[in-house]
Amino acid sequence: MIRFEPRGPVPVSRMLAVSVAAALAALMLAAIPMAFAGLSVFEAYGLMAKGAFGSLFAFTEMLTRATPLILTGLAAAVAFKAKLWNIGAEGQLYAGALAAVAVGTGLVSGPAYVLIPLVVLAGALAGGLVMLGPTLLKTRLGVDEVVTTLLLNFVILLFVQMMLEGPMQDPMGMGWPQSEPILDEAALPKLMARMRIHWGLIVALVAALGVWFLLKRTVWGFEIRAVGENAAAARHAGIPVTATFIRVGLLSGALAGLAGVGEVAGLKGYLTADLSPGFGYSGIVVAMLAGLSPVGVVLAALFIASIFVGADSMSRATGVSNYLADLIVAMALISVLVSGLFLRFKVRFVGGPAAKEAAE
Amino acid sequence: MTGPAEEADIVLRLDGITKRFGALTANGDVSLDLSRGEILALLGENGAGKTTLMNILFGHYVADEGRVLVNGGGDALVELEPGSPHAALEAGIGMVHQHFTLAENLSALDNILLGTERLAALASSRAPARRKLEELMARSGLTVSLDTRISQLSVGEKQRVEILKALYRDARVLVLDEPTAVLTPQESETLFETLKKLAGDGLGIIFISHKLAEVIASSHRVAVLRGGRKVADLATAECDQRKLAELMVGHEIVETVRTPGSPGASLFVLKNVSAGDGRDALHSVDLDLKSGEILGIAGVSGNGQTTLARVISGLGAPTSGTAELEGTALRHTSARTMIDNGLARIPEDRHHDGIVGAMNVTENLAIETIRKPENQRFGLLRFAAMREKARQLIKAYDIRCQSEDSPARLLSGGNIQKIVLARTLEAEPKVVLAAQPSRGLDVGATYDVHQRLLAARARGAGVILISEDLDELMRLSDRIAVIHRGHLSAAEPTESLDRGTLGLRMAGHGGEEAA
Repeated sequence: MIRFEPRGPVPVSRMLAVSVAAALAALMLAAIPMAFAGLSVFEAYGLMAKGAFGSLFAFTEMLTRATPLILTGLAAAVAFKAKLWNIGAEGQLYAGALAAVAVGTGLVSGPAYVLIPLVVLAGALAGGLVMLGPTLLKTRLGVDEVVTTLLLNFVILLFVQMMLEGPMQDPMGMGWPQSEPILDEAALPKLMARMRIHWGLIVALVAALGVWFLLKRTVWGFEIRAVGENAAAARHAGIPVTATFIRVGLLSGALAGLAGVGEVAGLKGYLTADLSPGFGYSGIVVAMLAGLSPVGVVLAALFIASIFVGADSMSRATGVSNYLADLIVAMALISVLVSGLFLRFKVRFVGGPAAKEAAE
Repeated sequence: MTGPAEEADIVLRLDGITKRFGALTANGDVSLDLSRGEILALLGENGAGKTTLMNILFGHYVADEGRVLVNGGGDALVELEPGSPHAALEAGIGMVHQHFTLAENLSALDNILLGTERLAALASSRAPARRKLEELMARSGLTVSLDTRISQLSVGEKQRVEILKALYRDARVLVLDEPTAVLTPQESETLFETLKKLAGDGLGIIFISHKLAEVIASSHRVAVLRGGRKVADLATAECDQRKLAELMVGHEIVETVRTPGSPGASLFVLKNVSAGDGRDALHSVDLDLKSGEILGIAGVSGNGQTTLARVISGLGAPTSGTAELEGTALRHTSARTMIDNGLARIPEDRHHDGIVGAMNVTENLAIETIRKPENQRFGLLRFAAMREKARQLIKAYDIRCQSEDSPARLLSGGNIQKIVLARTLEAEPKVVLAAQPSRGLDVGATYDVHQRLLAARARGAGVILISEDLDELMRLSDRIAVIHRGHLSAAEPTESLDRGTLGLRMAGHGGEEAA
């Protein structure tokens, strides 16, 4: 028989060890269906590692993929910290991308040092405003934000499609539903020549640092943590609960909006309706894997990006579907959720007398 | 029931139980016998190891050393399999936890049956179960409506369901963890009558308590735990409250004594305040608190006290009426305005409203003043200053914690209350609202709370003391008003009142409504 006994506070080292163990467990679990698919497990993982880390190109591709995941992961983490369940990062990402394209394709012209900040700000603002609605509905009327943010994703995606087939369609695009390309002066510069990696990564890393600083060191962060952990006590202690939710909502939406800015202004150059392969939703997984810690979000985003990029590469080499990546990510999430149990409880095996002796 | 119990009568024996959590010894070599038909009170302060001991008995924890022996129906005592609640249930041990373990959305009957039958058999077993329960209820006097959903039952009724659940499983030993912590005085009395009846039928009963009066009144034997060790085991007839209190605390007890105060001018006034709706609503309440006095508010739980406390705390705006502080109307009602105007609020449910359990002691001490210059500059937290202040308050208020960085949820109830006291009283507030400030606290912590309130009064603050404990009210208050169904009577000097009159007014008889 297995027994669980509660543990006291958990040191950071153990948290880290459990997270790494969870990632390893996920890789081992995913190996089972890989073996059934006829792959040699070691060879397949070798190919994946090579695909994500094997060359400078592979490595920068992995970092490029991690960039939006860091931002949507932060968006989820900061909102979840206040127990504001923002499931709408996908929609906020598209809103940010749409705003970046609207501003960056000729609405204003000027040198790069004016246009780039403008595009970035516009995207952040658009994402934040999208999240403002569900937040106000929650604080004023008690409407469940899980429902509103989730459904807004579809509303916004359809709106983007409408814009791309209508007013914002590229006249030079031969009828494809895509926007005009972003001006060169408005595009985020590349970090390295001949690679796709761009300044969005720096923005994401600075954002992670900023969110960490906000939560740990500032009054607003204190209030976010207090509201998230015990809203009743926070209200009793005079903390402005509603204002805190609004701040968190704006910030969370803005971070997701920044992810959209990076994808259009740093990577693609123009907006299409398939800009994001679900970065907003993957951000939730990233945040959960990270235990809502901003620094953890960076690590978790790198992990998930390397799985995705690695699996793509492996799938090209072996012909096995890259859905395997989704499988590994799902296994990782399950492993991490289960590992939470081991952080909170001490597990003892109680069996026959021998086992009992050992347990003492 | 007095005298050494015959070996054959023993239904339960704890033999040298030791349990350690890290460096802390929660139980050290505790041995205990319980006989058939005996009511044993397990007395001790918070953190003395009572609950740990009972959790070992019930199999929630495994003891590091020692054994639990039960009479399995025959003559001999057999060792109980450690760490198995299932084995404890099989052996006829029933436990009523302080926080009930009932499914709110099921009927009382289904809750009682839950876990006794396989799910498939549940439908067919209802009729015989109902017969057995009706017989049990008739015999024990524990009446509940079996078909009512748990969520619609009062706290007292829920507790009866818990006891019935144990009896239905043919418990020979019943353990109750602080059974009166959640009950009104009337409900407590009924409970103990029932327990006596059950003991008369041969049930062995252990109840955990730190309330001396009920231990003296209702038990046959008392075992006192202190610091995890059993320091006394004696017949109740041989002891009095004072002796028990000293055994429990380990030193002589000083009773709280109130010297006549010198009330000053009106400080905090409620005029014609109505608020809330339903059972807990307030109707046209007038209240006039003077400086330098403690104004007690007596009443049976659920008569509007919670709403009154919410209004004064700034958590709910009154639907009509005004609140004035030193002659100025408080227009804006929010927790923040109340704090900024020098109102200290000690909430009724300190775990729910008083602390953020996941945050540490430092943060919980600073939470009400987090935006004040002493705690932040340009929106950045001043950790060093917060820490320094916390260390100072921990010392001044004797908050027992590992360090100022410990999460507040790890502290005992008494120490959590000290955090609330420290952060609210430190700023020398003009008005103190203390809602049920000693509920669930042990003798030492209660004494501490009372001294703090008296000290606030002595320096000229006005204190509103909402309590269901008449002894506490009569000991501390200069004047007492009674709240009943949302109406508050005019406050009268404590000296002109006695328990009988107050009791009648609390039940809604006699006494003029506020004039």
